[in-house]
Amino acid sequence: MADLSSNFLGIKSPNPFWLASGPPTDKKYNVMRAFEAGWGGVVWKTLGSQVKNVSSRYSSLDFNGHRVMGFNNIELISDRPLESNLREIKEVIREFPDRAVVVSLMADNDKESWHKLIKQTEDTGAHGLELNFGCPHGMNERGMGSTVGQNPDIAKMIVEWVMEVATIPVITKLTPNVHSVVPTATACVEGGTNALSLINTIQSITGIDLDSFVPNPSVAGKSTYGGYCGPAVKPIALKMLASLSVNNDTNKVPISGIGGIGTWRDAVEFMLLGATNIQVCTAAMKHGFRIVEDMIDGLNNWMDEKGFKTTTDFIGKSVPFVTKWENLDLNYHIVANINQEKCIGCGLCYIACEDTSHQSINLEYGKPYNTYTIKEEDCVGCNLCKLVCPVDECITMLEKRVGPEYINWMEYQKRGLPLNDH
Amino acid sequence: MAIKNNRLTPEQYNENFTDLHPPFESRDAALTEVNRCLFCFDAPCTKVCPTSIDVPKFIRQINTGNIKGSAFTILSSNILGGGCARVCPVEKLCEGSCVLNKELEKPIQIARLQRYSTDMALEKKWNLFERKPSIGKKVAVVGAGPAGLSCAHGLSRQGIDVTIYEKESKAGGLMTYGIAAYKVTPEFCQEETDFIVSLGGIEILYNQELGKNLSLVDLQKNYDAVFLGIGVGLTRQLEIPGENLEGVVDAIRFIYRLREEGFAKTAVGGQVAVIGMGMTAIDAATQAKRLGAKEVTLVYRRTENEKPCTDVELEIAKLDGCQIIWLASPKEIIGENGKVKSLVCSKMELGVPDESGRRFPFDTGETFALEADMVIKATGQVPYADLLQNSGIELTKGKIRIDANYTSNIGNVFAGGDCVNGGKEVVDAVQAGKEGAKSILKYLGIIE
Repeated sequence: MADLSSNFLGIKSPNPFWLASGPPTDKKYNVMRAFEAGWGGVVWKTLGSQVKNVSSRYSSLDFNGHRVMGFNNIELISDRPLESNLREIKEVIREFPDRAVVVSLMADNDKESWHKLIKQTEDTGAHGLELNFGCPHGMNERGMGSTVGQNPDIAKMIVEWVMEVATIPVITKLTPNVHSVVPTATACVEGGTNALSLINTIQSITGIDLDSFVPNPSVAGKSTYGGYCGPAVKPIALKMLASLSVNNDTNKVPISGIGGIGTWRDAVEFMLLGATNIQVCTAAMKHGFRIVEDMIDGLNNWMDEKGFKTTTDFIGKSVPFVTKWENLDLNYHIVANINQEKCIGCGLCYIACEDTSHQSINLEYGKPYNTYTIKEEDCVGCNLCKLVCPVDECITMLEKRVGPEYINWMEYQKRGLPLNDH
Repeated sequence: MAIKNNRLTPEQYNENFTDLHPPFESRDAALTEVNRCLFCFDAPCTKVCPTSIDVPKFIRQINTGNIKGSAFTILSSNILGGGCARVCPVEKLCEGSCVLNKELEKPIQIARLQRYSTDMALEKKWNLFERKPSIGKKVAVVGAGPAGLSCAHGLSRQGIDVTIYEKESKAGGLMTYGIAAYKVTPEFCQEETDFIVSLGGIEILYNQELGKNLSLVDLQKNYDAVFLGIGVGLTRQLEIPGENLEGVVDAIRFIYRLREEGFAKTAVGGQVAVIGMGMTAIDAATQAKRLGAKEVTLVYRRTENEKPCTDVELEIAKLDGCQIIWLASPKEIIGENGKVKSLVCSKMELGVPDESGRRFPFDTGETFALEADMVIKATGQVPYADLLQNSGIELTKGKIRIDANYTSNIGNVFAGGDCVNGGKEVVDAVQAGKEGAKSILKYLGIIE
């Protein structure tokens, strides 16, 4: 039985799974249900500036019969009275003393507002603060949210205001709506933030109603850019997380990973790339809080299988494997191999390779099943056939090195080896 | 025990003859199935379909919400795609070759998806095909079955004026008159015919029978070309004693009556013996059971390995409670007061393979008697050779002989379907009609 407990800047939780700031964490009722279900912690939905919400608020992207591959919202920060939120936060902490309760904040853009909000929040006994520099809809039009996160100087200034008064750990949540998260992350670390979290949502339009021509979601026949999240954004989030983990200015502080996490596998991937814990929102919104049961169980079984006693045993383990393209070994070469016993004859590998790759699959017509074999001499080892093959382990990639030693792009050029020679 | 009608209540008839493969209840239900399809390249399902329907394409079109395009993909290959979705033995064709079978998964329900798109096309009366303006050429099609309808549609699209001569009072051929009612209803056959004819340029004249009130010579004279799609006739004679007793019926006639007169009016025995193990034998046996027969026994002279019907069909018969006796060949039908009392069968054993490649059964000399008040013969249909007597058309074993261009020995007379192949699937007849139309268009110099 592995120890799943997590310690994030001294904020302790029985497992590393927190609910991210959002609709699931906007009041006591939900949070109590989440804690009863087993979630390790929550980041309470953002408190601060005064708002008024619209209806409707969400839209999503379906893919081949699966609902909500991607999710989009135009809801603003908490629209409940501040006093209610503060009172309920206090009550929740009292009822679940072993769980982490962090509160997300977004004050109006002046020092006094931030200071006042932090003071009020700390009075609840909350364990930490998360600064919302990421909301990409509505709030950003008022100079808050992602507008802050997109400007390193402003972000740093606000972090400095916060750090003047904060007595509990401060996490700064970053927006992905930038060419790189590193400049803002660096500025926030310089400003004194204790930790970072990412990603917030990505600006998006999920689709358009082909009858009314109005993009989704429609609010009285008009729409606006929303914030995109859910399984579809996970790869983007992982990349942004990695860019902070490999950077010596930003990897000094712990990171809370967010973006498309719905299973223990997703969570492990984020942690392997350097996240100390993770946060979930969309998956809970789709399936309810009960998904945490398998997240706990699956992580436990995986850790036992791998021999990891605590989460710190594997956090960041994949970071050393991330490098620049120019460091990749040019002598490494793989070719595809089709296991004829497993092949079902769907031809997906063939048509993908023939139409869009290197014409490296041979087709022998049969009735009704064709036979497909790899032309090894033409195969560049791109993986495409293996990726489209519907049968597990039918196509495998065999290592056929071009030369024995490691040689990267710089060395390759230095030696004047042939280019554009395929 | 006796042969009688009205054995069941209307509710029981309705329940017994309800759709065997009901349509998908909703778009979501269809999509769940659609999303299992791998969208194979050079797909086996398409390759084994006699009409070469581009299955992955029409399934993908359902996925994208392009149902009109999906229906066109199906119907442009097989204008009776709706009917075939109901009656095709897909377990030995498209679904039987689905690559998912190789992963030991259930194949895609291609037939039900095909029905999804074509039902919508018929229901919404989409104008999927446009007829070219009439070019003043006339073709006569004899027989409004699958081959004839398919041929007529192919010809009319190219601006040919087509007249179909049909000996029955309804179109559809065996689809209408010779297939189990729980697979396809007469109403559907009518709808499908209406859809085909709605193209324009096709006139169907009913109660027109070759050799009776219709002459091939006249047709040759009055039309630029003639297509014969006359199908096959009744079951071949058993040539055993007692065959003329009251209670011995032809499977085709039995199914015909059931389809034409309705369930309640169709008389059925209490103990029914069905001879044969083809699709028609199964259709006759299951329907006799569903009409209220107490016992139905299928008698077949070979074993399960040689049976002509598919496993799925056999399963339907078994689930309906039909008994099966393998290696039994009818020897004599015993009567009492002129009515069937029992069927005497010879016990058979299998010998060496015959010309069909199946092991040939021989008589062991032992016999047994099966009590029965009704004997249904379903041992293969005989071609309509008599319809063509003195017509000058050359036949081989009663079947019309054609060349690779679907042309008979008479230059402007073409033929296809059961009357040529001796009786295969509906989908084979549709393809023959399609090919026949192509040959006629070439013959008339309309296409290369």
